[in-house]
Amino acid sequence: MAEPIITVNNIGKKYILGKKSESGAIKGGFPTLRDRITDGANWLKNKTISTLSGKKIVKPTYKEFWALKDVSFEVHPGEIIGIVGRNGAGKSTLLKLLSRITEPTTGEIILNGRVASLLEVGTGFHPELSGRENIFLNGAILGMSRSEIKKKFDEIVAFSEVEKFLDTPVKRYSSGMYVRLAFAVAAHLEPDILVVDEVLAVGDIAFQKKCLGKMDEVAKQEGRTVLFVSHNMETVQSLCQKAYLLEAGKIKEVGAPPAVISAYLRSLESLMNTYQGKLAQREDRSGEGTSRIIAAKVEDADGRKVIQADSRLRITIDYQGKNKILHPQFSATIYDYNKGIGIISLHSEMTGGLAQVFPEKGRLICITEPINITPGRCYINLTLLKSGTVIDYLQHAIYFDVEASDFYGTGKLQDRDWVMCLRQHKWLLETTEKIDAKQAY
Amino acid sequence: MSTKRLVIKAGKTEGQYWRDLWHFKELFYFLAWRDLLVRYKQTVIGVSWALIRPFITMIVLTIVFGMLAKLDSGDIPYPILVFAGLLPWQFFSNALSESSNSLILNTNLVSKVYFPRIIVPTSSIIVSFADFLISALLLAGIMIWYNYVPDWRIFTLPLFIGVAFLAAMGGGLWLAALNVKYRDFRYIVPFIVQFGLYISPVGFSSGVVPDEWRLLYSLNPMVGVIDGFRWAILGGESQIYWPGFMISMVLLSVLFISGVRYFRKMERTFADII
Repeated sequence: MAEPIITVNNIGKKYILGKKSESGAIKGGFPTLRDRITDGANWLKNKTISTLSGKKIVKPTYKEFWALKDVSFEVHPGEIIGIVGRNGAGKSTLLKLLSRITEPTTGEIILNGRVASLLEVGTGFHPELSGRENIFLNGAILGMSRSEIKKKFDEIVAFSEVEKFLDTPVKRYSSGMYVRLAFAVAAHLEPDILVVDEVLAVGDIAFQKKCLGKMDEVAKQEGRTVLFVSHNMETVQSLCQKAYLLEAGKIKEVGAPPAVISAYLRSLESLMNTYQGKLAQREDRSGEGTSRIIAAKVEDADGRKVIQADSRLRITIDYQGKNKILHPQFSATIYDYNKGIGIISLHSEMTGGLAQVFPEKGRLICITEPINITPGRCYINLTLLKSGTVIDYLQHAIYFDVEASDFYGTGKLQDRDWVMCLRQHKWLLETTEKIDAKQAY
Repeated sequence: MSTKRLVIKAGKTEGQYWRDLWHFKELFYFLAWRDLLVRYKQTVIGVSWALIRPFITMIVLTIVFGMLAKLDSGDIPYPILVFAGLLPWQFFSNALSESSNSLILNTNLVSKVYFPRIIVPTSSIIVSFADFLISALLLAGIMIWYNYVPDWRIFTLPLFIGVAFLAAMGGGLWLAALNVKYRDFRYIVPFIVQFGLYISPVGFSSGVVPDEWRLLYSLNPMVGVIDGFRWAILGGESQIYWPGFMISMVLLSVLFISGVRYFRKMERTFADII
């Protein structure tokens, strides 16, 4: 086989989370100037005391966190690699190291080609500038030269489907147009290695397909290497020849996508089982952290454990924090467990009706209409927001199974492999009489 | 395949860095172009701001130092004296404020894309230089108004502009890097700029400083830059205090070299701590 295009040798990345105070609690954030000055003063004081008394000094300890540790792998030209793993497993850190945004603490990476990374859609877009201007700006930021951009300009515009709005400031674009333009620029880079984070989660399905098609084409026809992170298992399955499962900063599984995906799903299940009712102890969360979701439960609206396609859900969320929450919003998003595709979003901002101020500690209950989901497993991501900023976000917080039931009353049922949603309906042959939609039921 | 082999390893990027800088050379221009385009969007009088601000500052300084304090300017019209000093000072102070905030304002770029970070503060200095060029036109207008003809020394001006660049880069790189780590500098920089206007010879000629203090006064490197500008623009009337100028040059070189070094040292952690 040819020489690998990417060789990663024992790479590690350490972050320092904050200083442990004397009580052992960790102070958040990074050292401020004041910390540096007091540290310096303390060091001087301790040094003086230790020289005078002959006692040893204790250095202030910082809590370390290895986002990646001893990771090694090789990638050959033309391969498409999918990287899966839970939140905080080190996926994004790995992509950041490969794209040289940050330096490794240990180990080395050998790259035999030009890398372009797409960790966020539209990095560097300026809202006040027009679509045309942003194509040039974004292209330059991603490492294209002006002549290269000029050469591909028409192609980029055609791919993005925003010809009519080229001279409109992008702040007036819809989010779909914005994503299309941004991806179009990135898709026309000509790197040897393309590193993509979960950027395709936004945008409409048709455009997502187009982008995935482009990535596939780039890899198969032009021999480029693609590494990408996704929570969408279907994409990983259909696009990649090989997948890596990252867990707690290490590669846990390498192989064909189906095997790696099932290992990933097993690890998710054990995670959710371990922390069932003890969500407060989970550390793989993001957000400001001033309040936390401490427990969550899913049952049917009448409190039964068994959930069926026509059940109404009752989701109970307990939260706790130091302060009252102003303008709180809660969201629970239901995903298909195996594919990682969103099915239903339950968001208090959509329905309204929550109080403007919440107490420090409380319990939220969300009751839905019949869910009409095909039988199979689902997981829920939970988010708690305060005036629009995320305070606590728990991916894969809990899961539940939709049991098979006689939804249509005919003994027949569709399953999750094919569709996500069920709906009562009737079929009729159109006759001379007009069909009244209301009378059909 | 071996054409573009690249090894990423902790602390081993120096040689590659300058090559990358060359590869991304057009980004200097694009970032500056973006800032210039955006700058006067949604303002009523637009670019005129670049003229009005220095003009009003000049009038105020002329009234305070020239007419109220009656400081000596020789045969040189006071407004020209002030403006010749204001030109490098405004360039320096704008460049310092803009570049020290530049990385913070471009957080999304720093944390999501790779390119040599030194491009960010540098291109914000280029933006301030565009303002400088506009102000220079204003000075030319004032000189025509006063019928003041510069002599051969005006041709040495580009040299002093280069020195001003050195000063702005040196200070800007230091402050930009420090600002990423310690946001305290967000409050320190406006203070430096405000304070600097009084301790630098902007509103007055450095000739009014008593001789025994001049060497000490030259420890402020902007004294050398401003004196240089006046020497080049005002011609025969203005004298330069060479020992002081040399001290300023040495200090500026130290500031610049240490600025680049410190920035390079801190740069690898920017994405982690910004």
